[in-house]
Amino acid sequence: MSELRADLAIISEWIEPGSRVLDLGCGDGALLKYLQEERGVSGYGLEIDPANVVACIRNGVDVIQTDLDAGLNDFDPDSFDYVVMTHTLQAVSYPHRLISEMLRIGRQGIVTFPNFGYWRVRLQLALKGRMPMSGALPHKWYDTPNIRLCTLRDFEALCRQQGIRILERRVLDHAHHEQAFSRLLPNLLGEIAMYRFERAA
Amino acid sequence: MSNTFPADSVGLVVPKTHHFHEPLPLDSGRELPEYQLVYETYGELNQDRSNAILVCHALSGDHHAAGYHSPTDRKPGWWESCIGPGKPIDTNRFFVVSLNNIGGCSGSTGPASINPRTGERYGPDFPIVTVADWVRSQARLADVLGIDCWAAVVGGSLGAMQCLQWAIDYPDRVRHALLIATAPKLSAQNIAFNEVARQAILSDPDFHDGRYLEHGTVPRRGLALARMLGHITYLSDDAMRAKFGREPRGTAGKLSFSFDIDFEVESYLRYQGQSFVERFDANTYLLMTKALDYFDPAAKHNHDLSAALAHVQARFLVVSFTSDWRFAPSRSREIVRALLDGDKDVTYAEIDAPHGHDAFLLPIPAYLDVLQAYLEQVAEEVGA
Repeated sequence: MSELRADLAIISEWIEPGSRVLDLGCGDGALLKYLQEERGVSGYGLEIDPANVVACIRNGVDVIQTDLDAGLNDFDPDSFDYVVMTHTLQAVSYPHRLISEMLRIGRQGIVTFPNFGYWRVRLQLALKGRMPMSGALPHKWYDTPNIRLCTLRDFEALCRQQGIRILERRVLDHAHHEQAFSRLLPNLLGEIAMYRFERAA
Repeated sequence: MSNTFPADSVGLVVPKTHHFHEPLPLDSGRELPEYQLVYETYGELNQDRSNAILVCHALSGDHHAAGYHSPTDRKPGWWESCIGPGKPIDTNRFFVVSLNNIGGCSGSTGPASINPRTGERYGPDFPIVTVADWVRSQARLADVLGIDCWAAVVGGSLGAMQCLQWAIDYPDRVRHALLIATAPKLSAQNIAFNEVARQAILSDPDFHDGRYLEHGTVPRRGLALARMLGHITYLSDDAMRAKFGREPRGTAGKLSFSFDIDFEVESYLRYQGQSFVERFDANTYLLMTKALDYFDPAAKHNHDLSAALAHVQARFLVVSFTSDWRFAPSRSREIVRALLDGDKDVTYAEIDAPHGHDAFLLPIPAYLDVLQAYLEQVAEEVGA
């Protein structure tokens, strides 16, 4: 477990052994590799970056090179137990469509994203009047891939609007550690948000 | 000899021939009473016989995939970029088999061979062969070589169609299928190009209903035209622009105001057409294009490709190229989708390359990286 990033470790605890997982924006395939080896999970990763595709192949992960913005039409309804998207939601063109797609093809969705309501982020904008940068948001405003930033409240409002039930929520700091105090005011103290959710049937 | 050839080449290779006396039943309902296959091998078969890779050739390819036939050869085999020591199809680890398909013109039984039942050349009477027929004949070669299960079957374009057919027809004899720049069946546009190519050959006065060799001639103009047309479809618009643009040919940039060659691209196509005639047979070209047109493994399954692939056991690597318009990425994705439908193991890479369909033969680093990474996994798996 020590080699796996803490947020990925939490996700792997959320996922039942032997289930089928689709990982959107799977990077080098570390999560799927871990899930395959440790939890008997099967599934695919979707990734757009050629170097990451090669890394997935080397990790023994089935990867489909694709642009998430082009949709998930290749996948049938209810074909996965979990559809996971770590640190990608904020970088796609239409997050709300992708979230509803996640729950079309999967029983449950799991997302992580940088919380734009984090207090340091708020302060930078409020006091300095500059676009915030932080450990979780390291890019300048003009070259950031993060084009759809949101707060925990924003995300939860979207879920309510789309008829999505949130099953679990965690917040982490930018090093992906869980701090006990941040549970008190997660939208203010949490730097990274993690959600597990399903359709509110 | 070692200093004559590049270090990463398999070097000097000698083709082998195997004669099969048992008739080969064909999809057409006809059969070949007997036939021979010419093939090359590179690398060593390991003790478990687990490290064999079959390389399937495309429309105009043959068994000579890598290395040289003589120290004076100008060019190596057609997939030298990919096959050799340390290359993606690493001959230090794998035993590679590459054959000329039936109906071909490089040594395997084809239209120019003698029909044992008549004592004359088959010519136009050579049966129309399909991709499945080829795979059937390849399986017999595997039997001869003592290969129960291929570590991988690999091919581009029409070659990849054979790999797909292998996975369908012999699910327990293929561990991995690598499909490059291909489609699950031809589109109307693909068939249309093939038909124009065939008409170019069939309408050449030197074709003589396919009996041109008996007339001491070959349909040079028709075959060259077919090849010129093919070449246009192998290159992307961008690749042609980059390679030739509107560069004038000779005469200090002046237009000739005649039907002579004015532009480099015309000169290139004529050269490609003419040099092709020297090495290829018109009847074979007709057969190969028909095999392409007829390929449609889903047809038997109510045109449901997922159903056709329901029983495959192989793991798949599917590769396409962004600028390939002959077999565009969307065609490869049809295969990927069908495999996903059946929860099959599949990896898909879409290589950003400007070269068009030809890209599958070129040493494009991002492409070779994908093949190398994948085949290293295969090598680990089979203990190669």
